[in-house]
Amino acid sequence: MFIPHTDQEKEAMLASIGVKRLDDLFTAVPDKHRFPKLELPNGLTEMEVLEELKDFSAANETTGDLVSFLGAGAYRHYIPAAVDALISRGEFFSAYTPYQPEISQGTLQTIFEFQTLIANLTGMEVSNASHYDGATAAAEAGVMAYHHFRGKRPQIILSHAIHPQYREVMCSYLCGYENVELSTGKTGDDLLDNPGELADEIDSRTALLVVQYPDFYGRIFDFTSLAQKAHEAGALIAMIVNPTALGLLKTPGAMGADIVIGEGQPLGIPLSYGGPYLGFLATKNELVRKISGRLVGETVDGQGRRGYVLTLTAREQHIRREKATSNICTNQGLMALAATIYMSLLGKIGMKHVANLCYQKAHYAAEEIGKLSGFKVYDEQPFFNEFVVKCPGNLEHINQHLLDAGFLGGFNLGKLDPRLKDHMLVAVTEVIKKEEIDDFAIALKEAAHD
Amino acid sequence: MNTPQGLKYASTDEWMKVEGNIATLGVTDYAQDQLSDVVFFEVTVDVGDVVEKGSIIATIESVKAAADVTLPATGKIIEVNEALANAPEIINSDPFGEAWMLKVELNDPAEVESLMDADAYASYCETRGH
Repeated sequence: MFIPHTDQEKEAMLASIGVKRLDDLFTAVPDKHRFPKLELPNGLTEMEVLEELKDFSAANETTGDLVSFLGAGAYRHYIPAAVDALISRGEFFSAYTPYQPEISQGTLQTIFEFQTLIANLTGMEVSNASHYDGATAAAEAGVMAYHHFRGKRPQIILSHAIHPQYREVMCSYLCGYENVELSTGKTGDDLLDNPGELADEIDSRTALLVVQYPDFYGRIFDFTSLAQKAHEAGALIAMIVNPTALGLLKTPGAMGADIVIGEGQPLGIPLSYGGPYLGFLATKNELVRKISGRLVGETVDGQGRRGYVLTLTAREQHIRREKATSNICTNQGLMALAATIYMSLLGKIGMKHVANLCYQKAHYAAEEIGKLSGFKVYDEQPFFNEFVVKCPGNLEHINQHLLDAGFLGGFNLGKLDPRLKDHMLVAVTEVIKKEEIDDFAIALKEAAHD
Repeated sequence: MNTPQGLKYASTDEWMKVEGNIATLGVTDYAQDQLSDVVFFEVTVDVGDVVEKGSIIATIESVKAAADVTLPATGKIIEVNEALANAPEIINSDPFGEAWMLKVELNDPAEVESLMDADAYASYCETRGH
């Protein structure tokens, strides 16, 4: 309930700071600028506003209208109606941070369930309450590793096959630290290099090695021996993962990952032109005190009843201040809830089923596209639901042709590096029908002969 | 508040017990009382490290705060109390005994001489706000 100040309270406050009137606090703003003429058009009625907004909205085409083969970090998956119905409940939708456990048990429990599901999915021992997105979660993994070695190991090696935006964000966070060297390993002339090359870069100066699974180009590598090499040198290894893929693939925990991070958008969160998304971060118990972000723990209250509470809070900056390892003090509560509901609805069997559909459909698409003359599919390495196709002509023209035919073509890798000119990153999810894949192949063929 | 005689005290609430040029170090009863229930303890230096006076050598976390333990006099770390990391609550129950944190070979024992004695430390604590 909002209780405004009384006039007497205002007078007393002004007197206390030696100011006569409230307006005197704004003397820094010149008189002529205090109430500028705004030249606003006349107000519209609700009916007229709705009409205008509908026009704006109709100018957009969405993945609801187009068949999308675009991935590169965010994917169109089917979101069960129950997800939106549940997260829209007032108790969840506008609930704030659960600092007071006695009135936030519902929120705290859902976060605890989220943490449990993420830990199970990734094969790790503990997960935090989430981050803004996969990129910032990856940056926090870098921060964790830096502090784990107390700044004594300067090197953080990033595989060149991690998402380029994640690399940029990691640099935003870490390049300003004294004594941190962010390196991208050896980039061979063939950009689609095996990340095993990274092993040569690891030494006693390495704090962290970061790889992606499946990688940015869609490829699957077993990082078990790379993790071993990292551990032999005393370094940590972090893996950026696609949570959908974990419905089918060996977990990063089983491969020896120390930290697992990723983008949770595929778990029941719409594409929404870039956000809100959901970062997750999971690790081993021995690193739990270096973990950033919120952590919900299960405990018992004074009467022995099970309850949930934000825990290990002495890590965070509101207690540890400048000695905290990270300044993040939030989580993506509503998105984490959406992901929790999605994972609960699908269950283990559903998660595996979705992953399998993505895998099968992507491999069918790769096969069909591979048959088209002039198109080369990079399938030497196993892939999950994304693969690279070298196209026989200008990819921008091809993608425009595809758009006209009702398809969103794959990501144009040439935008990132001229050496990947006309290379398309194609993603296929369970929402795409076989007939749509067939039609896409036809459209590609036509686009190439334009 | 307990302030045993025979120890030297730093204004940052560490105590040191000097025997020849070896000093044993821990935090005081005043410190554990201010911190409240200790839940975590970690030494942040290694045996063999030569640590400068004023450097951080350990970290204590309680239910309401996180605090650093600093070394009041330069020296080489020769022993660490490994058991304390597994039972940090001993810092609350026995700050001057079982909760010794590490042993240091002092560079210059005179540095410890300039620390407070028990009575001076007790008076100092009285003047501080709680």
